[in-house]
Amino acid sequence: MNPAVLIGRALLVAGAVFLLAAPFGLSPRGLQLVTEFLTMLVLALMWNLLAGYADIVTVGQHAFVGIGAYAFFGFLVLAGFDPWLSVLLAGLVALVFSLPVMAIIFRLRAGYLAVGSWVVAETLMLAAGKLSAFGGGSGVSMPVAAVKRFGAATADRYVNVYWLAFALAALALLSTWYLMRSRIGVGLTAMRDSEEGAGAIGVNLRRARILCFLWAAPFLGIAGAIITMQKLRVAPPASFSIIDWTVYVIFIVVIGGIGSFEGPIIGTLVFFVLRELLADTGVWHLIVLGAVSIGIVLIEPKGIWGLLRRFVPGDLIPVGHSPGKRQGRA
Amino acid sequence: MLELSGLALHFGALKVLDGVELTVPQGAVVGVIGPNGAGKTTLFNVIAGVLSPSAGSIRFEGRDVGAMPVWDRCRLGIARTYQIPKPFTNMTVFENVLAAGLHGGALSMREASARAEDVLALVELDHRSSLRAGDLSLLDLKRLELAKALGSGPRLLLLDEIAGGLTDAECDTLLDIISTVRERGTTIVWIEHVIRALRRIAGTIAVLYNGTFIATGAPDEVLVDRRVKDVYLGAGQ
Ligand SMILES: Nc1ncnc2c1ncn2[C@@H]1O[C@H](COP(=O)(O)OP(=O)(O)OP(=O)(O)O)[C@@H](O)[C@H]1O
Ligand SMILES: [Mg+2]
Repeated sequence: MNPAVLIGRALLVAGAVFLLAAPFGLSPRGLQLVTEFLTMLVLALMWNLLAGYADIVTVGQHAFVGIGAYAFFGFLVLAGFDPWLSVLLAGLVALVFSLPVMAIIFRLRAGYLAVGSWVVAETLMLAAGKLSAFGGGSGVSMPVAAVKRFGAATADRYVNVYWLAFALAALALLSTWYLMRSRIGVGLTAMRDSEEGAGAIGVNLRRARILCFLWAAPFLGIAGAIITMQKLRVAPPASFSIIDWTVYVIFIVVIGGIGSFEGPIIGTLVFFVLRELLADTGVWHLIVLGAVSIGIVLIEPKGIWGLLRRFVPGDLIPVGHSPGKRQGRA
Repeated sequence: MLELSGLALHFGALKVLDGVELTVPQGAVVGVIGPNGAGKTTLFNVIAGVLSPSAGSIRFEGRDVGAMPVWDRCRLGIARTYQIPKPFTNMTVFENVLAAGLHGGALSMREASARAEDVLALVELDHRSSLRAGDLSLLDLKRLELAKALGSGPRLLLLDEIAGGLTDAECDTLLDIISTVRERGTTIVWIEHVIRALRRIAGTIAVLYNGTFIATGAPDEVLVDRRVKDVYLGAGQ
């Protein structure tokens, strides 16, 4: 194996080991940060799937995070359901909502789709602000009793929520990897490179788009539940935050490298490093982030991974197919 | 196999196709010629389903496919090459063809792999299987275009100027490949300016001019037709 690929894979394995060990070594603050990292990674993987492969350049991703957050709050606090069941149901509700949203925005293409998805997301946020059981426009904190159901002691709760985020990120990575290796994934990769060309060789573009949209929704919804467990409250502007759950995510994917598996991982790392470095600079954080992504895209449209890929001859996470070995790896 | 009747298409005020009639029998090789801008590529876009005609019908093996999306037509067995190649640049050559087998050909991963290897060997691109498609030369891109089209196992193959810019030797190789494809039972419609190539393989030549076929018949008859000489051979020289 090529040394660059080997180093890259070694780093990935080291990262996985670190994540598995995190609950045993990190401070609560550190653990919260890694939980946040994993949640953002999930959001980035999903936006990358939609925008990088299926050409669904949505800027309304925060809608599904918000829906998940509210659904989770509703099931856990208002209906008194089991906490883990409430997390799963948050994903299910996001999936259910994705159907009508899809029916609306799939009538639109390119820039219109982007604007349409944003309008739909803002509308959903405004609607959430009308729900008096959820504190209306100013939102509501989670009752202590409900919070404690994820762990009586604060430290336990952090660990439990961390494992939840870990499981979600692992599931998102593994299942999306499996998807990309399948025949559908080969079609999606073809779509990424040439949509018209993909249609011409028989890729059902409509079905592929629908699949990706439905695929992303439950992951985003469950991420919303995890975010709620970290913030311990729901509120329209925070749960449906376009900056946090869409704009940052776009920066992450663009910086890391759109249309690849490695890109969102690299982008999420860079995002957190920059954020921690610039934590005290207020709005400059956002400006620097924007400048970095524009700078990188001007140098290489496929982001940092696109740059590295000039020296690294293979995928770190192999999604390709090669001849001879019939189910073979790249 | 393919019946076009009364096909019309316009871009705004520009009538690109206007009353196209064509019948392609099973197993035939039909050459399509015509001056630049005659509407040849547009005709392929309409047959393949990239563009919808403003009037007329397209029947493929007895079925009206006029309202079918492009991918369904490919599934039914209509494949085309693009005059300007549309490779999947960041996939390997092999994966480009694999995708066609998996989707257009509805094959399993194993079958599609085998098909891709066969097709790449046929177009003599097998030694470049693991190369990024974006790194191919123009000649190889044209071979890949053909391989992608063959990858779906088409019953009707639409070729859009794949011999353009080839040397005589390369053109001969291409003709051998296309003969093999025909012998395997694929019907072919081939747009080409290289008349020498068409002459050797096409049983019928159809001349498109101003969006309609002005002559259709055996090469020797069509190519000596006065009108054809005027509009096409005259314009070409
Ligand atoms: N998408 C489009 N929008 C507007 N006009 C178009 C479009 N596509 C093609 N045309 C016009 O339609 C006419 C026919 O184009 P077409 O590409 O079908 O010609 P062609 O016969 O394939 O020519 P060539 O031999 O140069 O490939 C041209 O005048 C072209 O400018
Ligand atoms: Mg043309």
